Amino acid sequence: MALTTDHSSPMNRQRSGFARSLDSGFVWGTAAVAIAVGLLLAVIALQVGEDALPAIQKFGLGFLVSSRWSVIDGEFGALTQIYGTIVTSLIALFLAVPIGVGIAIFLSEDFLPPRIKQPIVFLVELLAAIPSVVYGIWGIFVLIPILRPFGIWLHETLGWIPLFATAPAGPGIYAAGLVLAIMILPIIAAISRDAMVAVPAELRQAAYGLGATRWETIFQILLPAGFSGIAGGVMLALGRAMGETMAVTMLIGNANTIDSFSILSQGSTVASLLANQFAEAGGLQISALMYAALVLFALTLVVNILAEIVVRRFSLKL
Amino acid sequence: MTSRLQSARQTDSIFRTEDLNIYYGNFLAVRDLSIDIAKNSITAFIGPSGCGKSTVLRCFNRLNDLIKSFHIEGKIYYHDQDLYASEVDPVEVRRQVGMVFQKPNPFPKSIYDNIAFGPRLLGYKGDMDELVEQSLKQAALWDDVKDKLKAFGTDLSGGQQQRLCIARAVAVQPDVILMDEPCSALDPISTLKVEDLLQELKEKYTILIVTHNMQQASRASDYTAFFNVEANSKGQRTGYVVEYERTEAIFQSPKQQATQEYVSGRFG
Amino acid sequence: MTAPDFATARRPGSLNRKPTSPRTLFASAMTVLSIFFTLLALIPLVAVLAYVLANGLSRLDVAAFTQLPPAPGLGGGGFGNALLGTLLTVAIAAVISIPFGVVAAIYLSEFGRDTRLADWVNFFTNVLSGVPSIVIGAFAYAVVVLTTGTFSAVAGGVALAILMLPTIVRTAAEALESVPNDFRQASIGLGATRLQTTLKIVFPAAVPAILTGIMLAIARAAGETAPVLFTASFSQYWNTTIWQPTATLSRLVFSFATAPYPGQQELAWTASLVLVALVLVTSILARLVTQRRHK
Repeated sequence: MALTTDHSSPMNRQRSGFARSLDSGFVWGTAAVAIAVGLLLAVIALQVGEDALPAIQKFGLGFLVSSRWSVIDGEFGALTQIYGTIVTSLIALFLAVPIGVGIAIFLSEDFLPPRIKQPIVFLVELLAAIPSVVYGIWGIFVLIPILRPFGIWLHETLGWIPLFATAPAGPGIYAAGLVLAIMILPIIAAISRDAMVAVPAELRQAAYGLGATRWETIFQILLPAGFSGIAGGVMLALGRAMGETMAVTMLIGNANTIDSFSILSQGSTVASLLANQFAEAGGLQISALMYAALVLFALTLVVNILAEIVVRRFSLKL
Repeated sequence: MTSRLQSARQTDSIFRTEDLNIYYGNFLAVRDLSIDIAKNSITAFIGPSGCGKSTVLRCFNRLNDLIKSFHIEGKIYYHDQDLYASEVDPVEVRRQVGMVFQKPNPFPKSIYDNIAFGPRLLGYKGDMDELVEQSLKQAALWDDVKDKLKAFGTDLSGGQQQRLCIARAVAVQPDVILMDEPCSALDPISTLKVEDLLQELKEKYTILIVTHNMQQASRASDYTAFFNVEANSKGQRTGYVVEYERTEAIFQSPKQQATQEYVSGRFG
Repeated sequence: MTAPDFATARRPGSLNRKPTSPRTLFASAMTVLSIFFTLLALIPLVAVLAYVLANGLSRLDVAAFTQLPPAPGLGGGGFGNALLGTLLTVAIAAVISIPFGVVAAIYLSEFGRDTRLADWVNFFTNVLSGVPSIVIGAFAYAVVVLTTGTFSAVAGGVALAILMLPTIVRTAAEALESVPNDFRQASIGLGATRLQTTLKIVFPAAVPAILTGIMLAIARAAGETAPVLFTASFSQYWNTTIWQPTATLSRLVFSFATAPYPGQQELAWTASLVLVALVLVTSILARLVTQRRHK
């Protein structure tokens, strides 16, 4: 049977100009929305920056090194809060990094059968799902009463160390740091676990084949090979800790001065400052708060971009 | 049941399996394996894909232990010791029975550190530089890399990487080296280099090599075991040894029809 | 089977376990330590859940869901207006963020894959997800509260929408990317346009996974406090419009937990229980849905 060509069949109809432009319009439309989503970051920075402008003009970089925050005098400096942000985040990292990486090792290697391992992985992830404000209320009514005797003991036995120089008053920098550690733990554990799991099985077998024990393989092969992934996870966690607001606000005591370097003293972070003052702020105070928000934004931006670069390099390499 | 050929005892055996069945869960991967492996010689495992030859190889250094569902019936003796006895430490086994894998797998470390990895684990107290040089020489890689020992092992060419892996295995001075298709990822020239290397290495080590390449088996090995695979009614494919003899015998005067067909390239 | 037979060679060294060797001891110690760390991490989870349950159950009654908050110092009452406010702000956030997020994901997955533009959008979206939620609150305050002159559900919704956006973009893009390429090729091979292929073939196949991502994003947003703190702000009363200060559950937990009145503290615990139940149920549901799909 011979094939005939029938030019009148609907299959051969030219696509109409409208259909074609509809199609490319669709593609360009989605691209435009994607660009808009990408640009949102810049829009946020510009808007917050614009509202911060009066305070930036008035206080300049002195804002970063002055610890005087006085609504009545119209004098604003965020050193206390920047200090508090950094110290609470460092405490959180100090506690969460070893534990998080330890969990990642335990849950990435074959210590447990998958049937038991998967639920534990899920439970650790759930730690990240609990709302910040719930950690806050739990911290106020449960954690601080438990921590207080421990803080008093620290102060009485190790009070000569500047870190423990003040008597704990209940809420304080240490309590905020501890809750932050709990909150960033799942991030570190999850990303470190991904990094370890991504190490090729061949390397693991090569090490075992040479007579390495499981832990020698972990320390000498898997951790170095997964290092940049783990580092990226730690950076992301640091960014999250610096910006975390509610639990910190509820537990840090919200003192607007640096009295000592003691972690048992009360303090505040940039985020807790914003949380406490924005709702009732007016005039220059709004601008100063926007300036503080911009500082926090810049801090977390740097940390997050570094994390993103580290994580990308790592995912390209493996 | 299988009988062992009481041929002239030209040499000593290093591994001996007795009625070995290998399982992954309920799946029987290899059945009824009873073979002896000769010391200071090269024994090749050949056969079609899925016949279990790599699985058997990995029993000899207990690397299969890493797979949870793996278990065996029967016995594997290494020298006179039951390799799967409960008091045996697999880590110790792997120190004495080294392995080179199908895909070159150098660690993302320097060439030097790749070689030194094993000896350091074992607390080697001697001159490490000397040991690294010796090992690289044994793997015929010294001249290629002596000026760049700090370079990353992963930056070498594929053939060099595989010889690095051989040097790494040799550095812990094992008793046996298992090779799982060590040349399948290499070009013909690198393959020949590795094959030459095997002849030198067998002076000091016992070598078991799994290969898809029949020329390689006939060129390089002293003994050859031909594996085949058959499917049962449930479609599970179980491997078994058809014929195990001196390599010349396998290739020139095979006793079994299947061996004859496989070595002449009619299937597989 | 025939086989060469050899006398057994002498064995070089012992293969037996040495339980007291430093290598073995180190390995055992590390194993114990890592188990300890894992248990340590699960303590806060169990403790938070237990306390929220224990303290929240006492006021888990009908009044809690239907009545207005009690006056300071009084008992009883409820968080009906805050529950409604949470639904309202989250709904506004969803209406804003879902279309933008899904359409952007369509570009990233269908048309922009491996282009530099998509790389940049991915990069900025990831960075956006790391911007502190309080800063997003400050942005929404500047854009909505300062321009309209009032705290409102809309302001809270805008803040939450920005917060949800990266999650929606990422999960939707992943969902679309996991649709097998065969589908696209088959559709294009039949002469379908890209628009038709995307809307009729790829998108429907990805809908369950996209919905899972949206569900997770909504649950997380409902628990967020910092973005609504000074955008939706708070109110003791029912909403009549979306342009007035609006209470939310999370903000109510913050205000009442830090208030010195037991009646309000009880309500804060109960509201916490509701929030935790919401995120737990959605997380578990999402997990079950994903698991089934992978099987």
